[in-house]
Amino acid sequence: MADLTHLISEAQADFANSATMNELEVAKAKYLGKTGLLTDALKGLGKLSNEERPAAGAAINVVKQGVETALTARREAILNAEQAKQLAQESIDVTLPARAQSQGGLHPVTLTLKRVEELFHSIGFEVATGPEIETDFYNFTALNIPEDHPARAMHDTFYIDEANVLRTHTSPVQIRYLENALKTNKTPPLKIIAPGRVYRVDSDATHSPMFHQVEGLWVDEDISFANLKGVVQDFLQKFFERDDLTVRFRPSFFPFTEPSAEMDMSWNGGWLEIGGCGMVHPEVFKHVNLDSEKYRGFAFGLGVERLTMLRYGVNDLRHFFNNDLRFLSQFK
Amino acid sequence: MQFSENWLRSLVNTDLDSQALSHALTMAGLEVEEMQPVAAPFSRVVVAKILSAEKHPDADRLQVCKVDVGLAEPLQIVCGAPNARAGLLAPCAMVGAELPGISIKQAKVRGVESFGMMCSSKELGISAEATGLLELDSNAVVGQSIREHLDLDDNLLTLKLTPNRSDCLSLVGIARDVAAITGAKASFAAITAIPATMKATKNVVVSESASCPSYSGRLVSGVNAKASTPAWMVKRIERSGLRSISALVDVTNYVLLELGQPMHAFDANKLKGDISVRFAKANEPLSLLNEQVVELKADDLVIADGSGAVALAGIMGGKPTSVDDATTDIFLESAFFAPSIIAGKARRLGLSTDSSYRFERGVDFGNTRNALEYATKLILEICGGQAGEVTQVTGTLPVRHSVKLRMSRLVSVLGIPFEQTKVAQLLKQLGFSFIEEDGEFTVTPPSYRFDINIEEDLIEEIARLHGYDHIPATPPVASLQMLPAPEVRLHQNKLRDSLVAEGYQEVVNYSFVDESWERDLLGNANPIKLQNPIASNLSVMRTSLWGGLLDTLTYNLNRKQDRAFLFEVGAVYFPKVDGFEENTRIAGLAYGSAKPEQWSAENSDVDFFDIKAHLDNLAGSNVSYQKDEHVALHPGQTARILKDGKAIGWIGKLHPKWQQHYSLSRNAYLFELDLEAISKRQIATYQEVSKLLPVRRDLAVVLDENIAVEKVFSAIKKANLALVHDVALFDLYQGQGIPENKKSLALSVLMHDTQKTLTDNDADTTIANLLQLLQNDFGAVLRN
Repeated sequence: MADLTHLISEAQADFANSATMNELEVAKAKYLGKTGLLTDALKGLGKLSNEERPAAGAAINVVKQGVETALTARREAILNAEQAKQLAQESIDVTLPARAQSQGGLHPVTLTLKRVEELFHSIGFEVATGPEIETDFYNFTALNIPEDHPARAMHDTFYIDEANVLRTHTSPVQIRYLENALKTNKTPPLKIIAPGRVYRVDSDATHSPMFHQVEGLWVDEDISFANLKGVVQDFLQKFFERDDLTVRFRPSFFPFTEPSAEMDMSWNGGWLEIGGCGMVHPEVFKHVNLDSEKYRGFAFGLGVERLTMLRYGVNDLRHFFNNDLRFLSQFK
Repeated sequence: MQFSENWLRSLVNTDLDSQALSHALTMAGLEVEEMQPVAAPFSRVVVAKILSAEKHPDADRLQVCKVDVGLAEPLQIVCGAPNARAGLLAPCAMVGAELPGISIKQAKVRGVESFGMMCSSKELGISAEATGLLELDSNAVVGQSIREHLDLDDNLLTLKLTPNRSDCLSLVGIARDVAAITGAKASFAAITAIPATMKATKNVVVSESASCPSYSGRLVSGVNAKASTPAWMVKRIERSGLRSISALVDVTNYVLLELGQPMHAFDANKLKGDISVRFAKANEPLSLLNEQVVELKADDLVIADGSGAVALAGIMGGKPTSVDDATTDIFLESAFFAPSIIAGKARRLGLSTDSSYRFERGVDFGNTRNALEYATKLILEICGGQAGEVTQVTGTLPVRHSVKLRMSRLVSVLGIPFEQTKVAQLLKQLGFSFIEEDGEFTVTPPSYRFDINIEEDLIEEIARLHGYDHIPATPPVASLQMLPAPEVRLHQNKLRDSLVAEGYQEVVNYSFVDESWERDLLGNANPIKLQNPIASNLSVMRTSLWGGLLDTLTYNLNRKQDRAFLFEVGAVYFPKVDGFEENTRIAGLAYGSAKPEQWSAENSDVDFFDIKAHLDNLAGSNVSYQKDEHVALHPGQTARILKDGKAIGWIGKLHPKWQQHYSLSRNAYLFELDLEAISKRQIATYQEVSKLLPVRRDLAVVLDENIAVEKVFSAIKKANLALVHDVALFDLYQGQGIPENKKSLALSVLMHDTQKTLTDNDADTTIANLLQLLQNDFGAVLRN
């Protein structure tokens, strides 16, 4: 029997010359196909004597294994090459822009109100609301501002008719909330904030006829002016995320609080006015049948646009109501 | 209230400098709104006398002056002012002087040496305009610093006073408060009664004693109405922001400024008969000093003579009886009118006078007579004349009730400890009289304080003088309880977030809108109107948020935006029988391409079903759509939105006529929902999950094209067929193969059973049942 070992290297060369799987199959057939060289050699074994046959058979098998190993190796190589080629074809520019949905966003005033609500909620304040078309009684009289009181002139009120106005502040919500609380047998401690739209007949670069306030009210048995300062300062520090912020109170006058104060906040070396506050006036408690000997309360009102302007560095109040998308879309 | 700092300092001696004084006032509740120096800073300007003025040899409009500035030799100064003349006393800036924007140097003016500059008031920064040199009084001392001569080292302070502090509407009042705040001593000139030097008096009848509890008047005869007001008085009046008018008027204004008592001087010869203080007769006419003729109402208090009303009490005098240059005899009035009688009256007549401003806030009723004496003294000094006896009519004056102040209350309201001795000292500084006991004070406020009626008023005074700054920021100590968090209610911020996630930008529009939006866009003929809108196009309260959204859209399209997804959350307002109703709505507008223009997606315009998807996400389950019509929307592409059968809003395409009206080149889609209705959600309840696989079968049915798909689905849902878990529409087809006026719905039906694996037989039966249902209810047939 002739030595077939040379077929291994011949097969290796043939396989290596096969660039595709199809070519490889053709090359394989030459050695291992039905009429392949090795298949023929195996068929030829029958012609050998019993003594010769085992050795010759073993020799052929060794060659066959060698060819098959070469075949497998080549097959893998071709597969890898084809895959690599496909992967290369599938490559993309990952820096192209994403398939975009439009980007929505909240109005900056809403962002502020959200923060205000969350911060006060964290110390147990609930949100209360009231109507924007308010009766003269709730907007003024119940807040100790009788008709013809000079304080009314400070309010520049929008009138619907003699008895109804667009609320000039969120303070009437205090009265409505307290009335309702006592009707439903809810007793102090009562802690609310009342955010919302308010209206004044005033329109220029620094005044809008509609703007937002947040009213705060805490009624309890032992709550003080010092506590009011404490809560407001805590809020401002958390809202602006600045521990160095301090609050300054200046004596002021609101008919529904006493003592009353203007609140100033330290800001860039100076002081900025951010709202009014005070201890709830006994007359207000009287209106809602709360015993002012037993209970005290504090109330404050903050300008929401003011907070928003300071927080985000907005320099013109009018931006908030022009609704220019180039402005609004900055607050994602 | 504006005044001169130096005037104040003449009444109260404080060591604080201008800045510190201003700060102290502000921190005590008398907010200094503005502090403005009277003159610009400058130096080396003196009183000078022009000795001679010769024409400049080479310039027509210049003169060469010899000027005495108090030095050994006169200075030669070239001057262009038209009023430069020999003998004139005027300010001279000497060489080395620094004026606002100018340094004075020795110079040659058209060849003539000049050693300084003669000045106008503008050059000294005293006034904005000037026509020539500032002419000084003949008593000016040559060589004296002009700052000294004109008292220019002074500031104008403007106080923004709160309505409760009427006691500080005068220099004396402010000085009193400065003394209280700082502990400094205030000193006021003693006012003495001016003895009568003639017999003549005027009879005064006060028929409305409650409205006018105190009236003092007196005749002063033989006055020189043309006398000039002394410079010091003119200066104080002008630095208080008033004009000097004539000596008689100036004196009444001066007393008003210094003491806070409004005064009036009538020309006595123009008054007929007795003076009476009474209410006006209805429609009684009165010609006021400001030339306005008013018709009075029966609740207007007037001063009248025999012929009728001559002054609106406490507000303004009448023109016919006013003093003028020819006046020789006057009747001087100083009265106290009750605040409630004056309040609101001036505003009703469109007036606000220094007098009404004070009376409606409260004038010191203990000081009317003093003021009269003081004014008399000043008039006699300036205008001469003889004073008559004072006619004094006094009714029941307001009573200052005593007010208790408990140390315990003080400490608990303010939240800081207090020594009783400290409180006593502060009450003393305020000039309040009080009785002190252990732990409490009984305080009687003075006649000039109208704002001390209850214990809190005193607590505020103590806090104010102690200094709000000295009250610490103390966190409260409270008992803790968690807040309720109802899961069935969605916070409105969650609803906002839902639209933000769909690409909508929140906007905030005014609640008042153009009446035409309501009338035309929304078909609302009777919106709630504002009596005093800020502008005619913001005159009614909105009943929908759409007008504002469309307005915002056009605003942005005009700024080159080509797509906009907008939403707003806000109230709308309706009249109802007993008042008004407000609902909060959430509304949106979508315009332009469904997605922003980009390389990787087709650029198609937003359509009805895009925004319907947004609404489905927003509104939650149990929402259905019913074809309907809305005046603002396209009649074929509008649906009313229902939740649990109740109408809660609208969705649709903007009507083409409005699209044209707003010049929109593409379609706009709108929706609006009641916020409350969609805030309510159901808490999820567990349903058993089948361990067995579901079976899906598809079927297509053909039915009439007018049948709303939602009806088909709600019928399927209602029938609650056994095993049917979910039915979905996966294709809608009309055209070839489908009869005219028919449509084909391709449905996928998902079936499952939690107990057993479904057989083909089970599925066949279920589909047959479903088909039967559709056939019965809608005449549907299985599509081949």
